[in-house]
Amino acid sequence: MTISRRALLAAGAVAGGGLLTACGGNTGRGGGGSGPALSQWYHQYGEPGTEQAVKRYAAAYEKARVTVQWRPGDYDRQTAAALLTDSGPDVFEVDGPTLDQIQGGQVADLTALLAGVEDDFNPAVLAPKKYDGKIWGVPQVVDMQMLYYRKSLLKDAGLEPPGTLDALVDAAKKLTTRKTKGLFLGNDGGAGVLGGTPLYAAGLQLVTDDGRPGFDDPAAARALAKIRRLYADRSLLLGAPADWSDPSAFLQGLTAMQWSGLWALPQVQKELGDDFGVLPFPKDGPAGRPAVPVGAYAAAVSARSRDREAAEAYVKWLWVERTDDQEDFALSYGFHIPARISLAKKAAKLRTGAAAEAVRLTTDHGHAEPLLWTPAARTAYQDALSRIIKDGADPDAELRAVLRKVTAELDRVRNKKP
Amino acid sequence: MSSRTVAGPATGPRAGGERAPGDRTAAARRGLTRRRTLWFWVFVGPFAAGLALFTYVPLLWSVGLSFFDAHNTVTPTRFVGLGNYTAMLSDGAFTGSLRTFLLFTAFIVPATYVLSLALALMVNRVRRAQAFFRSVFFLPAACSYVVAALIWKMSIFNGVRFGLANTVLDAFGAEPVAWLSTTHPPWYWLVIVTVRLWLQAGFYMILFLAGLQRIDPVLYEAAAVDGARPGPQVLRHITLPQLRATSVAVVLLLVVNAFQSFDEFYNLLSDARGYPPYARPPLVYLYYTALGQGQNLGTGSAGAVILALIIAVVTVGQARWFGLGRTDADG
Repeated sequence: MTISRRALLAAGAVAGGGLLTACGGNTGRGGGGSGPALSQWYHQYGEPGTEQAVKRYAAAYEKARVTVQWRPGDYDRQTAAALLTDSGPDVFEVDGPTLDQIQGGQVADLTALLAGVEDDFNPAVLAPKKYDGKIWGVPQVVDMQMLYYRKSLLKDAGLEPPGTLDALVDAAKKLTTRKTKGLFLGNDGGAGVLGGTPLYAAGLQLVTDDGRPGFDDPAAARALAKIRRLYADRSLLLGAPADWSDPSAFLQGLTAMQWSGLWALPQVQKELGDDFGVLPFPKDGPAGRPAVPVGAYAAAVSARSRDREAAEAYVKWLWVERTDDQEDFALSYGFHIPARISLAKKAAKLRTGAAAEAVRLTTDHGHAEPLLWTPAARTAYQDALSRIIKDGADPDAELRAVLRKVTAELDRVRNKKP
Repeated sequence: MSSRTVAGPATGPRAGGERAPGDRTAAARRGLTRRRTLWFWVFVGPFAAGLALFTYVPLLWSVGLSFFDAHNTVTPTRFVGLGNYTAMLSDGAFTGSLRTFLLFTAFIVPATYVLSLALALMVNRVRRAQAFFRSVFFLPAACSYVVAALIWKMSIFNGVRFGLANTVLDAFGAEPVAWLSTTHPPWYWLVIVTVRLWLQAGFYMILFLAGLQRIDPVLYEAAAVDGARPGPQVLRHITLPQLRATSVAVVLLLVVNAFQSFDEFYNLLSDARGYPPYARPPLVYLYYTALGQGQNLGTGSAGAVILALIIAVVTVGQARWFGLGRTDADG
């Protein structure tokens, strides 16, 4: 049988149309339930079972058909790009939202959702979600970072758990041997993960409550110079196959102390039993205080959602009303502190041992990056910290340059309104 | 027969609608031309439209956006004139990224040139299994930059005692080296340069091989008769001059590729919290500026325009310097 060119073109058009329809059909919407279709995005959690759990929560919602997208890769940049288009998610997890996202009108105001229960949310993580008197994201769980140390190794070296930054520098040096380094702060020497924590430990802040740079003080340079000493003493583990967020280096005996997160606690407990302890980042100087960085992914609603009311209703149902699901999400898969104070208090897994200590550290010493600490300010500070730690750059001069950048950024965002 | 009579049949149909053989030929030729034009657009049109829609429109949009304040939006908001350009050129991180690029180019261009030429010369001289050796050296070019970077980072050059490179050092009693985290000495360059060398030397070797195989053997015979010694002398006076056009193309491609370096830098040195300032090439910096959480698309666009201009100027300047496209007759 011969096929005419016209017939071939027609067949091609039909096939092409079908293909396009198939592509366009995969919008991430659909699923069970009735009512409007909503798309919800999560970043890929490492803990097994989390994906199934969030899909189960979504399937149980009856007022909308919620489809969950589990997105591996560079999630923050994926969402940031998707929010510029109409094909982004209706509801999404966000490590923020950032001030520019709020001022750019990309996220919906969720203040009404927390009416009557706002006080039950951990204030340390709720504060960066607030701007202009409104709430722009509902904290899901609290993540915190702390210092893990091997009790036996410290005991063998005749050391007490370090209570000051000077003691930490000394302990790291004494614990360093040919096979084991004293401390692991990440493969970059701590520039990325520590961020402003040494400044908080010196009694300072990144941004003050009245919106000014909070580290224009000699104590800042002094604290950062001590982090440099850790590097210069060769006490830091560098170049580990897994970075600070993974406790592998600590568990494999590559380091005696490691800065990591609460999420690593079950694994550390399983491998080391009681042979470990947890500490806050130790204080520095007379005005210093122990510092514990905390953060929270929040549930946010895209301002470009085609059904914003339904999306907000879903967020309220899942992250405000469904306290059983919130507790399950926080503690059944990974290991996080529920964002609701009432849930954190009654959670059995958080009442004993190192977990209870982590909760206490979070309550007593927790600090979150302020909303006014913009990505540009963070990059400038982290670059400076990297130069101080690795290149031995003068902390005073570096911090002065950061101060100029942060002041300019604060001026910029102060002049914008959502 | 007048010329008019001759031209007549070709200029239009005769009375009564009848066509002379000449008319039919001309009409058929026009029809063929029309059909060819139609088919040209049928095949080329979709790609041209795609190119315009997905390349030229965003490019022009980006140039436009570079004159506006555009945080978290691709819609121009407030006109800032050359403000974004000034901000970018006075930004130490951006100018630092350009310095990183220059350093990288200074390492990678001569290293790749020498290595790929050496491989080509060796493979060209092999009398048996030449196809095998050509394939072996070319194969890494098929490997993804991301995969290669992760192998280099996690297996060969990780900083602990059981990394491959450190195991070798340990055999000589040396301390483990944190290859990607040490800035004094800057061992990270060794990692970055070797991964790219491994990935791209085979490709440029093929280009040189093609160039070598085009050299007339008579030249070598004549040189031998004139007493030229095989080896460096022949290489300098026969092979390299004959490879001039290939060399210019290779250097040009290497420089442009170096400007576009992103994958191996990003995958070797970034983590969830950021990227160190000491090895951040321009594309990585622009990625963080425009597509990072800051979403400063105005400044990012200005940076992209600056980078494109630098690449264009360097490329054109280099091409003119080396005489790309110049024939021997041009002198």
